[in-house]
Amino acid sequence: MHFDTGDTAWILVAAALVLLMTPGLAFFYGGMVRGKNVLGMLAQNFVTMGIVSVLWITGVYSLAFSGKGKLIGDLHQFGLNHIWQQATGFEALTIPPLVFCAFQLMFAIITPALITGGSADRMKFSAWVVFSAVWLVIVYAPVAHWVFSPSGWLFKLGALDFAGGTVVHANAGAAALALVLVLGKRKGWPKERMRPHNVPFVLLGAGLLWFGWFGFNAGSALGANTLSAFAFVNTNTATGAALLAWILTEKIRDGHATTLGAASGAVAGLVAITPACGFVSPMGSIAIGIAAGVICCLATGLKNKFKFDDALDVVGVHLIGGILGALLIGFLGTKMTNSAGANGVFYGGGWTLLGHQTVAVAAVVAYSFIVTYILAKILDKVMGLRISEEDEVAGLDLSIHAETAYENSSFSDGSRFLSSSHQSAN
Amino acid sequence: MKLITAIIKPFKLDDIKSALQAYGITGMTVSEASGFGRQRGHTEVYRGAEYTVDLVPKVRLEVLVDSPEAEAVIDLIVKAASTGSIGDGKVWSTPVDQVVRVRTGERGSDAI
Repeated sequence: MHFDTGDTAWILVAAALVLLMTPGLAFFYGGMVRGKNVLGMLAQNFVTMGIVSVLWITGVYSLAFSGKGKLIGDLHQFGLNHIWQQATGFEALTIPPLVFCAFQLMFAIITPALITGGSADRMKFSAWVVFSAVWLVIVYAPVAHWVFSPSGWLFKLGALDFAGGTVVHANAGAAALALVLVLGKRKGWPKERMRPHNVPFVLLGAGLLWFGWFGFNAGSALGANTLSAFAFVNTNTATGAALLAWILTEKIRDGHATTLGAASGAVAGLVAITPACGFVSPMGSIAIGIAAGVICCLATGLKNKFKFDDALDVVGVHLIGGILGALLIGFLGTKMTNSAGANGVFYGGGWTLLGHQTVAVAAVVAYSFIVTYILAKILDKVMGLRISEEDEVAGLDLSIHAETAYENSSFSDGSRFLSSSHQSAN
Repeated sequence: MKLITAIIKPFKLDDIKSALQAYGITGMTVSEASGFGRQRGHTEVYRGAEYTVDLVPKVRLEVLVDSPEAEAVIDLIVKAASTGSIGDGKVWSTPVDQVVRVRTGERGSDAI
């Protein structure tokens, strides 16, 4: 086995970058919730880092990447046994298998963490701990195997997902939708005012996500080379384009370009370019970014129309953004960026690739939604998913964690004086 | 003795304070307040969802004065607080029965 020290060094750094995305996500979400729930949000994200770190090493890595099964891996590398062997189908990698395992661990951490944006403000901490642990095993592991592992059925089919548009984002988005349908609406939604308590936190989190995402996407080249450079530039370009497209959409629709919109647009662009960053050209990434900025901005209105309380728009940003990016590869994919990729409709490749992408998206979304829905129903019966109404009014911080984020908690909803009414533009 | 209370636009506080200091007022109390009069609140937009805030942030300013000075002080505040637009606020005075300076126990006008 030949290891390249440059490749190895880059993937180790990339893994650390991806880890930082989860605290970044915690702040992105934490700023958007009300001040009485910010610690609850941060805690659910942070605890996920603990849970997945232990479970991944213990057996979930093996389930996702070991063996020749089409639907799920095996336990050959349980407890990191045989970790000197490369994951099945990754024999040509120039980095040690343990580095690949560590890099993939960070993806497994942020995927369940993304779901907390849907269930915000009303889920028990204990229920989250159990839910995220079981979800990792029965949803994340098989889906990662289908798409990322060369043994997986969607990989064999020819579906392309460079860094996790289906595995991470569409998967988490579909799961969030299922979970909020079981959990029910936050008390008072949509009548009561629930404005973000700290938009600067949201921007801080979006900045950390953008930074960490270079590890996520450029690291997914699994080497330090021209392909990783394409992924890097495409990621940055699409993100910039999506940011601009989102605030322009807002400006036209609402009359204002908002800070929250700029942060949301950037994240929507990052999501949409994730599956495509190693398969499209930089000009193609601008098209993906613009599509993500406009469509995800409009998609955040779906929850008001269909009355599901996806608190922080995991559906609008991650489900829709992930699906969009995965499908647009079918149009914009080009072998000039990646000879291991495929040409899409616009590059003379015909409709085959788009067909494969559609199958992958449909399979992942359907599986994730159905299994998550059943899991949430069972956990709700067994232990109860939701905090009591009294605790919900007091806020997660005080009722679950016996802490408060801010000295004067009466200001936690913005201001004790500023009573208001709420209406939706969507 | 009179208590003069003024509800003003927050950005006018410095002008009023300077005017009152120049006049020779030795103390005042300032607090943040919210309310509405003829001025409407404002609208905030988060991801397309509009939140209408009915109450407008204001500053509440209180000054204790000897009765003969009250009209002059009110005039000073009104002049300094005025921008001519809706939401400039209100100023009123109320009679005060007794004032005590806590440190010395002085009472009445001596305590002002």
